[in-house]
Formats: sequence, structure tokens, C-alpha cells
Amino acid sequence: MSVLVGPDTRVLVQGITGHQGTNHTRNMKQFGTEVVSGVTPGKGGSVVEGVPVFDSVEEATQATQPNAACLFVPAPFAKDALIETVDAGIPLAVIVTEHIPFHDMLSMLSYARAHGARIIGPNCPGVATPGPERGAKVGIIPNMIFRPGPVGVVSRSGTLTYEIVNGLTEAGLGESTCIGLGGDPVPGTTFVEALEMFREDPQTKAVVLVGEIGGPAEEEAAEYIARSFHKPVVAYIAGRSAPPGKRMGHAGAIISRGRGTAESKVEALTRAGARVARFPYEIPALVQEVLKGAGSR
Amino acid sequence: MVKLPEHRGKQLFRKYSIPLPPGEVAASAEQAERLVREGRVPLPCVIKAQVLAGGRGKGGAVRFAATAEEVRHAAEAILGREFQGEKVRQVLLEQKLELRQEFYVSVTLDRSRRQPLLMASAAGGVEIESVPDEKIRRIAIDPTVGLVGYQKRAVAKALGLSAGPARSLEGVLDGLWRIFDEEDAELVEINPLAWVGDGLVALDAKVIIEDDALFRHPEHRTLHGDLTPLEAKAREKDIAFVEIGGDIGVIANGAGITMATLDVLSQEGGRPGVFLDLGGTDDPKKVAEAFLLMSEARPKVVFINIFGGVTRCDTVARGLIEAMRISPPQFPLVARIRGNNEREGVSLLREAGVNSFTDLAQAARRVVELEQAPQPPPGIRPVPAGGPVAAPEAR
Repeated sequence: MSVLVGPDTRVLVQGITGHQGTNHTRNMKQFGTEVVSGVTPGKGGSVVEGVPVFDSVEEATQATQPNAACLFVPAPFAKDALIETVDAGIPLAVIVTEHIPFHDMLSMLSYARAHGARIIGPNCPGVATPGPERGAKVGIIPNMIFRPGPVGVVSRSGTLTYEIVNGLTEAGLGESTCIGLGGDPVPGTTFVEALEMFREDPQTKAVVLVGEIGGPAEEEAAEYIARSFHKPVVAYIAGRSAPPGKRMGHAGAIISRGRGTAESKVEALTRAGARVARFPYEIPALVQEVLKGAGSR
Repeated sequence: MVKLPEHRGKQLFRKYSIPLPPGEVAASAEQAERLVREGRVPLPCVIKAQVLAGGRGKGGAVRFAATAEEVRHAAEAILGREFQGEKVRQVLLEQKLELRQEFYVSVTLDRSRRQPLLMASAAGGVEIESVPDEKIRRIAIDPTVGLVGYQKRAVAKALGLSAGPARSLEGVLDGLWRIFDEEDAELVEINPLAWVGDGLVALDAKVIIEDDALFRHPEHRTLHGDLTPLEAKAREKDIAFVEIGGDIGVIANGAGITMATLDVLSQEGGRPGVFLDLGGTDDPKKVAEAFLLMSEARPKVVFINIFGGVTRCDTVARGLIEAMRISPPQFPLVARIRGNNEREGVSLLREAGVNSFTDLAQAARRVVELEQAPQPPPGIRPVPAGGPVAAPEAR
């Protein structure tokens, strides 16, 4: 079992003929993902990494029935691409593109919600579910770091997530699904929504939540955990040493007007019963601990 | 984020029909005096330094004058002065108005609801953070619908306005929303919004434009907001670079891993000073650019922390070595790399004479040692510090 993506996921890649689109199509296929089509306006009829390319999402959808889209479309055109995906009836869109104006994202999110579609990202590494035979991945998370297991991972970071997943795998733990939410101020999916999915997934026995400074998402996750999430949670918050008012690399990672500090997040999560690691490398041991104790909860 | 100086914000206000006091910008005391003598700014007037920092009133950067003579003296006292590290190059002169009451209005992003948020309060003229929650009216705006009539009427009622002033408020709110929406603002704030006669007038303007939307607003591209000169230079080269005031440089790939690195260094007693996010790149030319930028920040030591995921560690290492050839780093270097092919990556770096680790805590301790070591005399190029180059437990 898993959340969001699994063996029946059929991926359409928007922007497949670009450098990133092509490379990650290859990586997704190597992971075991069924990539069924690609779209680049004007490049219809060509083939990339064995995947047929279409001029529009509508044509690709009619021919190949995708149920997830991965967007590698430059920021100024991302809104257009997302609306096209939603209009074609594709229920899941992973947006890898960074630097999409949050104003665009506000209307993209509103449109997706109104049509029952889910967005992961933008500015995110995507979603991956390792499998015993073949995995499924929509996005750019490295293939080598996974092994199937009981830990759900949800994160606002990219590379830091890879490092943490790698640590879990090295410790012999393994992952159910890893969800990278992205570091932007308006994410398509939040921690709370990801936790709701992990709650319903029988394979997921514990969740690792990787947050960072800025915004209220971790505090809201803490409220949700205290209220209605009964699987053990190990959390890590990056940016304890970040000064206020500085944007720490991610558009969303900024302590503004005294809000969104690491202290506030760590405190809220601790109060909610999560185990909070001080450093990323402490996470595997904490997960082992909570998994041992999970039977008694 | 691009913070607009007050007078630039007010240009936008004018464009969107938000009423302003009669005013002009001056770059010299003579010009200020002339503007008043020619009647272009009626007396009495207020003279405000055009700097981005807050707290101008308390800091003496806002003054009042009743005569042309006083205007010149006030402008002389403010222009050229440093205000919180920022030199005052311009002043805004505006007529001082008799006002009945001060309000607060703003539109910003509510990250919790992921919707635009209109905030209004009858307790204007003070920092909004100091106003109790029950005195602030909050209205969520659907971005696809925009601000609608009943919402504006609700704000007017909350501020205790009716008739002429209420109609004036509705016009101000329309302008506020349109600036937020059409100019891609992160924040549009009027504090205070003054009740003058039968209408409302914006006495201050705080507008922040979103970086990522600058491709739609090239007119703001030249403003760097509150970036340091080096940060501005890095931005022109499309490198994410942030200065935070210590003496360790950090180069990492990804924002989260960078923040985690700073946290570990701080824990070990180090003082991280600048960080640079390489993102997904393994292009030696870009890394060499990064080294050059780093040199300008004059760090005592630079810590490179990379997780090689999509890009394998040996490729990362080769990129670093090539970058060191193109642009020999003028600082001691410690590297920590993890991920795919880490063993090969570490041994390549060791051969190139770089302190290399796979363990983050160990690497951080070495960095802090080098930070706290006495500095080599000038003229001697600091090479990666001696001793056996550690590469423990590489897989």
C-alpha cells in the first residue's frame, strides 16, 4: 500500500522534450514508473525515452489515459499547463518548476480544488513509492535512496529529504511513500493533507515530518496530530539558527513579523506528542524507537 | 522581495486612484525649498526620508515644517544622513493635513488559508502587531473572484464609516486589491489611512513586490529592496546567496540542507556568515562562480555540504575540483558529501587536498576548528589545512 502513487499510476510528463523533462522521464522509468506520454506544444509525433509526445494534454489523455502529470514547464507558463492538466481530467499534478509567482499559484490551487484535482508542489521534488518489484515516482527524487518499508516521509525540503530518506534506508527502515511538498509559500498540498493520507494507509506505521522556518504549516500539522493522528511522528525543523526577516533560500522560508520561528514549530510538535530531532542524522534512531513503542499506542 | 520606497509605492497608489496628500520628491535641500516656494507642496508640510527601514518617525527621519526656511533646514538635516545603514538620497515632501482619525488597511497573503487576506482596523497609525486581534477585521478574498461589494461594506462598518468617507474607503480598498493582484504584491499596506474632511487619504505606503513575478514587472527589477550589495550581485548571476553576519561560508545544494548545515555549525559553536545554494547544478563553471562570490564575502573557512542524489558524488567532486582549478579558492575548504558513489567522491576530493568527510557532525567540528584557528599571515594562500585528511566510514 502507499499514498498518491503506486503500481497503477500512469504518468504524463509536461515539458518532456526539455533537458530536465527528458532526464527525469528516464529516471522515473528506471524506478519502475509507467510513463505513458509526454506533452510539448509543437513537438507532437516525436518520441522521448520511448515515450510518445503529443501537442496537447487533451490528445495525450485520449491516446494514453494518464492519471498523474509531472510538470517541468518554465514558471511563466506553469499556470497554463496546470489548467490544461486539470481540464483534461487528470486528478494529480506534481509541479517541479520553481519560481512560480504565488499569485499564479493562488488561482491554480483554487481552480484545482474546484475541479477535484490535487497539486503537489510547486518547487518540489515530487512523490515516490518504492515497490518490492517496481516503484512509482512522479518527480525528481533520486531512485537509489529508497527501499520499501513502514515510514511515510513528508517534507518541505528537497535535497534534505533525500538525505533523510537515505538515512532511513541505511538504517534498514524503508519507506511507504515520500512526499515532497515544496518550499513555496502557497503549496498545493500541506502537511495536514499529507498526514490525512498517511492516516488511511495501512502500510505506513510512522511518519517523518521535515519542516522548516516560515509560515504556519508545521503548527497546523501539530494541531492535527494532537487531535486526530494516532501514528507516531518524528519531526525535524530546519532553520533554528536563521535570523528573522531573511529568506533562507526557499521563498516560503522566512520568519516574518516574528512568526514562523523554529522554536514555535518545535514546541507545537513536541506538545502534540511528536519526537523532534535536533539534527537530521538523529532521525533514524528516533524512528526505530517510536516503531518499537508503536504497538502500545 | 522587492520593497518599494514610499514614493514609489505612492506612484502605484496614484495609478490605482488611491487619494494622496499633495506632495513631491526632492533630492536636495534647495530643491525642497523651491518646491514649497513655488507652491507645489502647500505648507505646513512633512519631510520624510525615503529609506526602506521602519521606525522613521522615532529615528528623526520624519520632520515637520511651517515655512520654506524650515523645509530647507529639515531637508538638510535628513539628506545624506545614514538611517539604519541606509543613506538618505531623497525626501518626500507632503502637505500636512488636519485629520480626524487614522485607520489601518492592508492586503497580504494568508499562508494558512492559502488565500489573499484583507485586514482593516480603526486603530491605525501604530504597528499592526501591537493591535489586539479583536480590533482587526479580517476578510479572506477568493483570488479568482476578487474583492466584492459586501466585503467593502463590512470593512466600512467595522471602521465606523458611512456616507462620503465610506464611499472613499471603498475606492481605496478597490485600489489596494488591484495593486495586490495586478502588480503581484506580497503586501500592500496603508498605515495610516487618514480621515480628512469628507474622504480618506493615504499618508504612508508600504508595497512589497514578489521576486518571482518580476518578469511581469521589469520596472521594479533595478530595485534590490534590502539585499546587501553581494546578495544583489549574486542575484544578477542567478545564484541564491544570503549574508547573515558570521565568518563561515556554507555552500550546499538545496535550501533545506543549507539551513540544516547552519544549524549544525551553530550547535558546534561556529558562526555561519554567508550561504550559497547551488541548487541542482554540478556545472564546474557555476561552482567556480560560487567560489568567486564566496571570496568576496571573506569567510575564514568554507564548508561545502552536498547530498549527491540525482547527480552522483563523484560527478559532484569532479565539478568541485574543476571549479578549484578555474578559480582557486582563497579560503580553507572542508567538504562533506553523501549519497550515490560517496566513497569515490570523497577519495577524489582527498587526492585534491580537500578535507573531506561523509559524517556531518565530524565535518562541522573540523570547520569550526578552522574558523577558530589563528589566521595565516597575509600573502600566504591558505591551503586546505594539514593533518591526515579524514574520510571516515565511507561506504
